[in-house]
Amino acid sequence: MTEESIEPEATPDGGQTGAYTVRLELADEPGELLDALQPIADNGGNLLSIFHERGNLTPRGRIPVEVDLECHPDQFETIVDALREAGMNVVQAGREEYGEELTVLLVGHVIDTDLSDTLERIQTQSAASVTDLALSAPEGTEDVSSARLRIATAADRTDDVLADVREVATEKDLHVIEPQLDRGDA
Amino acid sequence: MRLAVLGAGAVGRSVVELAGEYGHEVVAVADSSSAAIGANGAEPLDADTVLQRKEAEGVVGDADPDDALTAEYDALIEATPTTLGDAEPGFGHCETALQRDRDVVLANKGPVAERYADLRALEADSGGTIRFEATVGGAIPAICTIEDYGADTVEAVRGVLNGTANFVLTRMAAEGLGYEHVLAEAQDLGVAEADPSFDVDGTDAALKCVILANVLTGGEPEFSLDDAEVEGIRNVPGSALELATEEGRTIRLIGEATRDTVRVGPRLVPENGPLAVTGTRNIVQLDTGHAGRLNISGRGAGGPETATAVLADVGRLE
Repeated sequence: MTEESIEPEATPDGGQTGAYTVRLELADEPGELLDALQPIADNGGNLLSIFHERGNLTPRGRIPVEVDLECHPDQFETIVDALREAGMNVVQAGREEYGEELTVLLVGHVIDTDLSDTLERIQTQSAASVTDLALSAPEGTEDVSSARLRIATAADRTDDVLADVREVATEKDLHVIEPQLDRGDA
Repeated sequence: MRLAVLGAGAVGRSVVELAGEYGHEVVAVADSSSAAIGANGAEPLDADTVLQRKEAEGVVGDADPDDALTAEYDALIEATPTTLGDAEPGFGHCETALQRDRDVVLANKGPVAERYADLRALEADSGGTIRFEATVGGAIPAICTIEDYGADTVEAVRGVLNGTANFVLTRMAAEGLGYEHVLAEAQDLGVAEADPSFDVDGTDAALKCVILANVLTGGEPEFSLDDAEVEGIRNVPGSALELATEEGRTIRLIGEATRDTVRVGPRLVPENGPLAVTGTRNIVQLDTGHAGRLNISGRGAGGPETATAVLADVGRLE
C-alpha cells in the first residue's frame, strides 16, 4: 500500500480507510480522556483530532468529547465495541466524510454571549466539527467583534449546518456571514 | 422606433440623448411635473433642447406629464423612480401603454419586482410587449442571456448587483476603514445617496433578484420583495473583513435567485474569485444545466450604461 492511498482524501468513496467521528460523554474524572483514546489506538485507529470542551457539561453533567479518527472500515466497529467495553458512553459513532470545510463569520457580541457555548452548540446540533477559530475584537471583548469559524462537515450536510449556525446566532443576536457555497463547476 | 421617455433622471436623460444614435426618435419626454411632446404627438423632439431646458429650468417642456402617455410612440420607456408595493405610478404608465397596444421597456424595477403577474397579464391582453433588461445589472445583459439560454435550463442566478454596497465593502477591506467612514466618503463621491438605505440595506439588490427569480419561474410561483430574505451590509464591521482577508477571502453583498428562493446578504467569497468584483462594478453569475457557469461583469449603474440596456431592449422589439 502506498502512502497516498491511506490518505482519507485519496479514498473518499469506499477506499481502504475512512474518516470517522465518535462522540463520547466522559465523566469529569482524571484520566478519563486517556482511557477513551486508548481503545482507539489499540485497535488500529489513527487519531485525527479531539475536541474536548472541559468548560461545557451535557445535561447529564458529563463532558462532551468528539474524536475524529481514521481507520479501515472493518476496524471501526471493533473500536466502537472496545470503547463501550471500556465503559465509555458512546453517544454517536459513524462515518463522517467531512469532505466539506465551511468558513463562517459571526459578528456582534461574539465573546460576551459565551463563545464556547456557541461553538459547542454548533457542533452538537449539526454533527459538525469546528476545526479552527480566529477572533478579532479591535474594540475590546465587550464590544462588537468578529469570529471566524472553520467547520468540517459532510458535503451533503452543509445547508443543515448553515441553518443550525443561523439558528444559534439568531438566538444570541449575532450576525452570520455565510460562505457563498460553490455548487457549480466554477 | 418612436419612443416616449417617462422619467428624466440620469437614465431617462441618457436615453433621450442616445436614442438618435441607435436610429430611434423621441416623440415625448416627461418628468414628474412637465412634458415635452413633439408636434402632433408624433414628430421627433430635439434632444439637446429638451436636455438643456431640464438642466436650466428643471422642467423638460410646457406640456402636462400625462400627455406623454397619449403621444404617438411605438414604445414607452418607463424610467421613473422605483417604488415598492403597488409600484405606482410606474405600473399605471405601463398599463396605459399596453392597453394602447404599445411596447413597454422598463428601467424602473418596481412593476417587475412587485407586480410581475399583473404586468404579464396586461401584456397577454395587449398587442404590446414588455422588456426590462435595464432593471438588473445596468449594462450587463442578464435577462436576455437567461431568455436566450432558456429560463428552464438556468438553475440559479447570483451576483453582485449593487455598486454602492460593493464600493463600501471594497474600500473597507482595502483601507481598513470603518463602515461609517467609507459611507461618508462614498456620499462625497456621489456613489452613495444621502439616504443610502435602499442600497446598503440590500433592498435594491433584492428587487433585482426578485426580478431574476420571476424570469426563472415565468411568474409561477410569483416573487415579490416580501418573498426575499434580505440582509444588508450595515452590520459588517472592519474586523470581519480582516478575518476574511487573512484566509484569502473577502465579503461581498451577494444576491441569489433560484426557482424557490431569493436571498441577499453579505457572504464570504474567495478574494480572487469572480464574485469579488471591486468598486462599483457588478457581476451576474448564471448556473446553467448544460453549459456550466457563466460570469458576466460590467457597469451595473449609471445613465449611459443603463440607457444602453434600455436601447438594446428597444432594438429587440423592432
